[in-house]
Amino acid sequence: MLSSPEQDSKIGSSPDSLPVSGESLTIEQAIANLQGEDPGLRYYAAWWLGKFRVREPAAIEALIAALDDEDNRTESGGYPLRRNAAVALGKLGDSRAVQPLIHCLDCSDFYVREKAAQALGTLAESMGENTALRTCIPKLMQLLEGGIDAAQPIPGSPHLAQPYSATMEALGDLGATEAIPLIEPFLEHPTELVQYSAARAMYQLTKNSIYGDRLIQALKGDKLQLRRAALADLGAIGYSSAADAIAQTLAENSLKLISLKGLLEYQVKNHPPESSHLSDAAIHIMALMDDLL
Amino acid sequence: EGIPTLIAVLSYNNPGAAVAAVDGLVKLGEMAVLPLLNLIDDYNYGGRAWAIRALAGIADPRALETLLAAAETDFAMSVRRAAVKGLGNLRWSKLADEEIQPTQARVLNTLLLTCQDPEWVVCYASVVALQTLATIVKVTQPDSFWNIRNHFEQILNTDVDLAVRTRVQLALQQLQQDSVVVSNSHNS
Repeated sequence: MLSSPEQDSKIGSSPDSLPVSGESLTIEQAIANLQGEDPGLRYYAAWWLGKFRVREPAAIEALIAALDDEDNRTESGGYPLRRNAAVALGKLGDSRAVQPLIHCLDCSDFYVREKAAQALGTLAESMGENTALRTCIPKLMQLLEGGIDAAQPIPGSPHLAQPYSATMEALGDLGATEAIPLIEPFLEHPTELVQYSAARAMYQLTKNSIYGDRLIQALKGDKLQLRRAALADLGAIGYSSAADAIAQTLAENSLKLISLKGLLEYQVKNHPPESSHLSDAAIHIMALMDDLL
Repeated sequence: EGIPTLIAVLSYNNPGAAVAAVDGLVKLGEMAVLPLLNLIDDYNYGGRAWAIRALAGIADPRALETLLAAAETDFAMSVRRAAVKGLGNLRWSKLADEEIQPTQARVLNTLLLTCQDPEWVVCYASVVALQTLATIVKVTQPDSFWNIRNHFEQILNTDVDLAVRTRVQLALQQLQQDSVVVSNSHNS
């Protein structure tokens, strides 16, 4: 489940977003900071390079190097800089990042494994059917081994043994149909968010509306957190039958708009308008969006 | 008289309650405008942001300055989005006749600016608002109408966001249909 980029309730009660950029950096500065001594500046620079889509070779190389960082550690042994570098590389669409990210799937830090899986899924959007990228599929499938028996909640731990949600979503984004038998059992996982990730991936891999409809059902759930997650998932798969349910669910308009944007773009990309006239489905989605502004 | 109560709720730091209060204030309409404008001067940003949303929903021209400023400069994209929507829906009939055209020109300038907002959703809202404005000024100010149309054509060639481009396509299509209807009614 991706956390939403912006929620209306982030800062106090204001209908809010974060400022466009915390501080202004130049590209040269960001690359220099990433390789510097100051852990705070390095961490911020990694995020910044991804956020502003800096695709320069020097930036890519510095971010790949940051995936092996040993200096920036949390008390429990986590690697914050590696996590940020993985996220940034996912956004930059450079094939050189694939092998280093696959390597991160073995990292001792759960959150590095999670961000690396997400990054590989994100790369699928920019790199498409790239054969170099597809080499990550067997490794991602390994993370799902043991099925839901191995994926039971761990008392006292905020997360499961592996980043199952991120892994299934990545496999869905990669169109890894060979992973269907591994993903399907997770539809029965005790945690809703994991079920949703499985439904999302199953829909992408089979195009069977059963799985999209499960996510529509999730929009009727009683927890706001879960409805937000289902909105993000439906937007990601572009399930156009969900348009009305998305518009009606109880959640922030910003999130509904982002979700409907996903549906709209999916429509336009996959059903190119004939003679430049828009499809009825696309027009309907936009009418719903107009009302949510 | 529930207006003071509803306005107080805007500053409670409770988004759910604030959304409900905004809905209530929008239903009350123009009698809530002045109390809301007074709240805008408040130091509490949260309350101010929700007040702008309520004013955008009521779309009374007395809130024009507030909406113009919020659309261009507020740091929260959802406030910019709401302000843009309010500018598009402004109740022009409440203005004195001689005020209408100069005010429409100001709104047009701001919307052309907010079309370039870094957030896609603010651009999207600007396109919707510009389409509404184009329909309104078509007969009275053909220059503004063509200005908007040309701007839309430009976005199609430049804007990277697919959703915004698609919405522009729809706007052009609908403005075209309006033209056909207008010319047919002229012929009949």
